Amino acid sequence: MSGVRVLVGTKKGAFILTSDGKRERWDVSGPHFAGWEMYHLKGSPADPNRIYASQTSGWFGQIIQRSDDGGKTWFQPGTPPGETTGPDGSPKGESNKFVYDTSHETGAPLTTHQFYDGTQHPWEFKRVWHLEPSLTDPNTVYAGVEDAALFRSTNGGKTWEELSGLRGHGTGPQWQPGAGGMCLHTIVLDPANKDRMFVAISAAGAFRSDDAGKNWKPINKGLKSPYIPNPDAEVGHCVHRIAQATSRPELLYMQKHWDVMRSFDAGDSWTEVSGNLPTDFGFVIDVHAHEPETIYVVPIKSDGEHYPLDGKLRVYRSKSGGNEWEELTKGLPQSNCFVNVLRDAMAVDSLDKCGVYFGTTGGQVYCSPDAGDTWSPIVRDLPAVYSVEVQTLA
Amino acid sequence: MTVRVELPAHLRALARVKGEVTVEITGTVSILSVLDALEAQYPMLEGTIRDHGTRQRRPFLRFFVCAEDWSHDPLDKPLPEPVATGKEPLLVVGAIAGG
Repeated sequence: MSGVRVLVGTKKGAFILTSDGKRERWDVSGPHFAGWEMYHLKGSPADPNRIYASQTSGWFGQIIQRSDDGGKTWFQPGTPPGETTGPDGSPKGESNKFVYDTSHETGAPLTTHQFYDGTQHPWEFKRVWHLEPSLTDPNTVYAGVEDAALFRSTNGGKTWEELSGLRGHGTGPQWQPGAGGMCLHTIVLDPANKDRMFVAISAAGAFRSDDAGKNWKPINKGLKSPYIPNPDAEVGHCVHRIAQATSRPELLYMQKHWDVMRSFDAGDSWTEVSGNLPTDFGFVIDVHAHEPETIYVVPIKSDGEHYPLDGKLRVYRSKSGGNEWEELTKGLPQSNCFVNVLRDAMAVDSLDKCGVYFGTTGGQVYCSPDAGDTWSPIVRDLPAVYSVEVQTLA
Repeated sequence: MTVRVELPAHLRALARVKGEVTVEITGTVSILSVLDALEAQYPMLEGTIRDHGTRQRRPFLRFFVCAEDWSHDPLDKPLPEPVATGKEPLLVVGAIAGG
């Protein structure tokens, strides 16, 4: 029987929630990596037992963890537990090494970016925000990091190389950190074109590569951001999240700092589709697994007040690709709710009746097994949820 | 020489050890040689105590030797006899900084 595995990253560890296809009864395991900030966990589409996790700490830096058994056991790639030498001669202790590539051959000079106060600031690696496994190869995985850059591993996370064409795009001095830091938080791999990928950076904007990550171009035409000196600038926009309609890969949706946007042409141009949303600030956006024009957002009151409007936690669904939105409240708290839903904390499964999931900074993870009509909490009291990903298991 | 090292709880969990760890040092016993030996013995700790790129101590970690803060001393400074001979441990301490 089919089932789902929900991978939850929180401020103090990771949790794995599993259920059968009914998504009514849940097993909860964790905390894994107790006490560590778990920014993101994601499973390989090519091998569901392969899961990558970003474990990070302001004290101890960045760690990459990997599971080859669906999250039962974990290890640092290239560093098997209890062994001091790699069985295949791979470099030791390299899996947590993210060094910007400044080499003459493949790298880009380490420039500066704009800091909060407008001065230029050195590029400094801080953590991995997002891990995106290849759609076809379990050993290939991409990492979006702060300060913004894109890394790739082709050996299961043992070693990492920067795809420096992005950081070296030339607009770096105009990029600036959002409130959470200058992070590359979204990586979308195109299922129809192996050479095409999208990333989003706060606050630089969205970028696309059509040559497997070597060269990049900003795709921010149509975005308007009144909070930057030039609202129509090529870069500098605070894009919070991009989601792709996988059955129509040129159809993209975006939750920007303010504004919900849509693109029919793989990001070449964007149109606002906020429509009747009560507020169009927010972080998450996702697309129904089987209906490319059914999308979900969780409106947040404002950039200064990161909680739902009126203390009512509401998911909004549009079945027309935006503009016309309906509020979804059944099973969600409708009073005194002041949590946030962070940008990587919404996901969908691909069961026949699409399940939608999201986690909150109050530690709840909600599931709707009926595409958003009704909701119930899987867990209520986890640490603040950073990320939610779902694996649909055969 | 056998040198004792006391690690923060999170690093003990990462290295999958309980209590103190010991490392064998040949030549000068310094924080540098202890860290080199520690990372060789527990490669999962690479990058966690000192930055991968700069090899500098992470700012929220401190080194204590015989009740003195050695965090800002040269890493290759010889450690005193009680630590060099294993009578006392080298303490790697995480800053108390909330979280």
